Amino acid sequence: MSITKEEVQHVAHLARLEFSEEELERFTEQLAQILSYVEKLNELDTSQVEPTYHALKLTNIFREDEVKESIPTEEALSNAPQRENGFFVVPKVIK
Amino acid sequence: MEWFKLPLTAQLELLNKGEVTSRSLTSYLLKRIEEKDPQIKAFITVTAEEALRAAEEADKSRAKKDHRPLLGLPLAIKDNICVRGAPTTCASKMLAHFKPPFDATVIKKLKEAGAVFLGKTNLDEFAMGSSTENSAFFPTRNPWDRERVPGGSSGGSAAAVAAGFCAGALGSDTGGSIRQPASFCGVVGLKPTYGRVSRYGLVAFASSLDQIGPITRTVKDAALLLQYIAGRDEKDSTSAPHEVPDYLSALKMNLKGAKIGIPKEYFGEGLEDEVRAKIEEALEIFKDMGLTVKEITLPHTPYAVAAYYLIAPAEASSNLARYDGVKYGLRVEGKDLIDMYKKTRSQGFGAEVKRRIMIGTYALSAGYYDAYYKKASQVRTLIAQDFQEAFKEVDFIVGPVAPTPAFKLGERVDDPLKMYLSDIYTISVNLAGIVGLSLPCGFSKEGLPIGLQIMGPHFSEEKVLALGHQFEEILKLYEKYPEI
Repeated sequence: MSITKEEVQHVAHLARLEFSEEELERFTEQLAQILSYVEKLNELDTSQVEPTYHALKLTNIFREDEVKESIPTEEALSNAPQRENGFFVVPKVIK
Repeated sequence: MEWFKLPLTAQLELLNKGEVTSRSLTSYLLKRIEEKDPQIKAFITVTAEEALRAAEEADKSRAKKDHRPLLGLPLAIKDNICVRGAPTTCASKMLAHFKPPFDATVIKKLKEAGAVFLGKTNLDEFAMGSSTENSAFFPTRNPWDRERVPGGSSGGSAAAVAAGFCAGALGSDTGGSIRQPASFCGVVGLKPTYGRVSRYGLVAFASSLDQIGPITRTVKDAALLLQYIAGRDEKDSTSAPHEVPDYLSALKMNLKGAKIGIPKEYFGEGLEDEVRAKIEEALEIFKDMGLTVKEITLPHTPYAVAAYYLIAPAEASSNLARYDGVKYGLRVEGKDLIDMYKKTRSQGFGAEVKRRIMIGTYALSAGYYDAYYKKASQVRTLIAQDFQEAFKEVDFIVGPVAPTPAFKLGERVDDPLKMYLSDIYTISVNLAGIVGLSLPCGFSKEGLPIGLQIMGPHFSEEKVLALGHQFEEILKLYEKYPEI
């Protein structure tokens, strides 16, 4: 399975990453190498095998819905790159 | 007295007898870190002031008959585990200035038990790597040979314990990140059963595989730390409700007649002869201890690395979507919101993290999900079933931790696939969620430590630790220290 530069660029956009031309070359080559390695999974017939998404079969983990103390807004915002009046500030979204 | 040579349990004994104060032990270790860590670079942040303050508190509290189990005991913490108010960087530019406003559950529990934290240790960025060379800040060096890597991703924690900067540390293990560095640095590392230890406050990499565990000089110390970090946590819905047994008293259990399985797939091509020879010597010791050894098969082993390098990146690409330059971490301004995201993430993440986000995003993207992510998850089932079958016949599975001893810095950085293959014997344990213990079993001709891996079924920590403990008391390799 080979991957093209255009596909890599598309995936980069989905992942919200951008690459220089040189990085794009290198990533395309490395991803192709990794994807060709994982091809070996196709040697196995898994048509009758249930997938495992979790190592332990724990289900329906509930807890009481109680009001508990939470950290103060100031503290919660203390790591934000930009904040104002108790809010996170983001670049303008609506044109 | 050379306090740095003492394991945790011995330090604790001195503290309890009043033969040393936490203040003097802590400042002694901090001084050793200050003098020697510039050669090793195990720590990203040394929290000297906080450590000394906590140590003094512990001493005062002890004078008032406080008998908490780890009172005044100095430890180091991998820098992807949140300690309130201390930088938690994940060795990433993205979180270079991040100070969590809360403690991880393991930190809360260790604080409650009285522990003192010396600082935060280096790792591969976001725990992605096998050499600690992917740290955005600096690589860590192996105390046994400074030209070599300490392994990874918990390379800082393993090197800190090996160098005698602390006798115990926490690491995290997603595909071998506790066990492989423990093996490279000649110390003990335990990857507990998935869910045995709460992941709350561990910066997420691959949530279905990540597990926190101890890195120590002795198996006994690993049992001690596990005792106080294990248990159900309502803040982690994947933490297991199983009762936490008394690991320390279980160390003495009678293991005569217990069965060890040797998976033939772990002794094939790629395994270095010196490593093979040491593992074979270890098997003779197990036989002398009265255990039986038989060959078994884990037939899907050759597919583990491929399955892992789809599942872990898929989960990572989803987990790391949170680094968007808004709530915390780096922000790089852009011409609009999307551009800000892209610039922030492209400048904040290093090459390996981007590579994994790319693989994961690709494997989860429309049209490829079934072919990659689902396929890998089905193979994960087959790998887990291999272990279930094997554990019907044997109590333990024993093999190498890594195919080679520590490799040289720079040797594998440009070849991601070769780097991934150094995890070949550790990855299956995470996919199946079982217990894996790494402990020293000898040294190579060049004087590099070689690790032995003991694997056991879900929640078999008592038995695995007991076997490890009884083995280490025969070779006593924990008495050997690197010259630094």
